[in-house]
Amino acid sequence: MIAHAIFFYVFSIIAVVSAIMVTVSKNTVHSVFFLILDFISISCLFIMVGAEFLGMIMLIVYVGAVAVLFLFVVMMLNVAQQKNQWFISEQNSGHIPVGLLISAIIFFELIIVIGGWKYKPDLFETTNLITNEISNTHSLGQVLYTDYIHIFQISGMILLIAMIGAIVLTFRQREGVKKQSYLKQISRERSEGVEVLEVTSNKGVKIDD
Amino acid sequence: MTEIGLGHYLTLGAVIFSIGIIGIFLNRKNIIVILMSIELILLAVNINLVSFSIYLGDLSGQVFTLFILTVAAAEAAIGLAIIVVYYRNSGTIRVEEIDKLKG
Repeated sequence: MIAHAIFFYVFSIIAVVSAIMVTVSKNTVHSVFFLILDFISISCLFIMVGAEFLGMIMLIVYVGAVAVLFLFVVMMLNVAQQKNQWFISEQNSGHIPVGLLISAIIFFELIIVIGGWKYKPDLFETTNLITNEISNTHSLGQVLYTDYIHIFQISGMILLIAMIGAIVLTFRQREGVKKQSYLKQISRERSEGVEVLEVTSNKGVKIDD
Repeated sequence: MTEIGLGHYLTLGAVIFSIGIIGIFLNRKNIIVILMSIELILLAVNINLVSFSIYLGDLSGQVFTLFILTVAAAEAAIGLAIIVVYYRNSGTIRVEEIDKLKG
């Protein structure tokens, strides 16, 4: 129990400190690195608490895909060198105390909700009880592909639409780039490709190009 | 202190959620950090769902965490694509200079 407490405090302190560093870091690249650290420590917490599959998926999806995507965009847009304007721009910094106030209120509301929450077992209809006989991944798969199959397929559609949308948004037709047009190639007729000319002697043929 | 229960995990989720809200409000740099704050908020929601799932012994919370993960990945992809297009068109993604909608 002591070991569990120690691990929980270590990982949660790392997570909270790196979450703070994400928001206050001067360099955007550093923010992305702290975001990666945050995700790693939270996934360690997930693995520790018994949700191994989600912890591993979190490592793969967030650290492997989303954070690297952020890193690519930050490096591509060259915003890392932009000088930070923390609390310097006086003309419209009036929203900073408002933001602090609102987030403090949200935090205390959440704490009050947690403190006043009483666990009543008869409130919940649990159908997918966790049993210790099979592993976390196994039981998750048993639920995911039977009860939640429609939501699972809809989430696949969401990913497909997101992929298509990202490609369509960033697709750019450049001027002056020679490209192969397959449609033009296969719909080419003989009449527009070949021309029969009468060649007179000693004159040659002028080919317009 | 040594007995780690549900309340500790929920408090951790609340702290990270509030840090995400602060990051959205206080950000003056660029809009990518706002997207990262949104990722932090989704992470806090995931912590809540997983801890309740473990505490109640019900797998549904973990299943929905998986779906939140999917939606978060799609949101990050679309948001970053929009940011790239905006940067290409206007040359800046600083929060203060994004005022084309005059909002």
